[in-house]
Amino acid sequence: MTRAVSLRRLAGLASLGLLLLAGCAKPARDDLYVLLPGQDGHSSGAVTVESGGKQAILGQPYEAARVKEPGRVEPGTVTPEQVQQAFGPALAAQPPRPVSFVLYFLENRDELTPESKPTLTRVIEEIARLPAPEIVVIGHTDRVGTVARNDALSLQRAGRMRDELVKAGVDPAKIRVEGRGEREPLVPTPDEVAEPRNRRVEINVR
Amino acid sequence: MLVIASAAEPVGAQEAGHVKVSKGTVQIERGGQKVPAIVGATVQSGDVVTTGSDGSVGITFLDNSLLSAGPNSVLAIDRFAFDTTTHQGAFESSLQKGTLAVVSGKLAKASPDAMKVKTPAAVLGVRGTEFLVRTGDGKE
Repeated sequence: MTRAVSLRRLAGLASLGLLLLAGCAKPARDDLYVLLPGQDGHSSGAVTVESGGKQAILGQPYEAARVKEPGRVEPGTVTPEQVQQAFGPALAAQPPRPVSFVLYFLENRDELTPESKPTLTRVIEEIARLPAPEIVVIGHTDRVGTVARNDALSLQRAGRMRDELVKAGVDPAKIRVEGRGEREPLVPTPDEVAEPRNRRVEINVR
Repeated sequence: MLVIASAAEPVGAQEAGHVKVSKGTVQIERGGQKVPAIVGATVQSGDVVTTGSDGSVGITFLDNSLLSAGPNSVLAIDRFAFDTTTHQGAFESSLQKGTLAVVSGKLAKASPDAMKVKTPAAVLGVRGTEFLVRTGDGKE
């Protein structure tokens, strides 16, 4: 009897000690997960945070989850100021966003439409501003003419744009050129239909 | 399986992205070697990117994902595979310590399970926007 009581007392003391320890000790981790607003300021999607079988879904801008130890996921929110404080240098190191341009061409030729010429200038300006730029130039056609002819024309248009970029000082090793012919129209049409919006080159810059 | 897959791919297929921003001490560990992560450096699947107490780094991946890490960070690119035509593939990375900002790219947009970020305590799944639709006349 006495032995059982003292054991119990001992167990009680031990758990008190554990409690005190837990109270004093810092949490094992200080993990923080935050969903940011997208470029338009609205929700940018969702992120699931899973830890030790527990899950939180962050679906709103500035929704956050803290994980102090595996299996303890605490939902909450943070302010933009707290985000800056915790993640400032990481956010400041974000690479520029990739940008996509579309330039339109005269029928059956590799000449830009007059309206698209200023766009080419903007492409060149964007590339000049980028660190270690990479450029992908993809040519397209409408559905007038044979598939083979349009494959060649789409490559010719893309190649013409590459030449313009190189002339403006862009390193040709950083430019990839593709021709997709009439396969990927911006505006789907029946065969042999002339469609100015499909006579285009896409220039992706990052 | 990953080893077999990468062995079957042509040289250069391991390329995952490029360093676009590099401040202070930033290194890439690859196969036991450390190289400085200068602007323009290639990042490969399997690399570990580390930043010093004065360091930060920004990487643009082939699918347009943007990852950037703050000081005192260790970021492992565990797996990166991206089909530029179908946008299918996988992107798994782990932040062993430090801070990381992520803008997901074409992989996460094409399939909700393609992109995962791990930490020692958690696994993050990156989903495109999710929403529910109900249509009908409301008499139910």
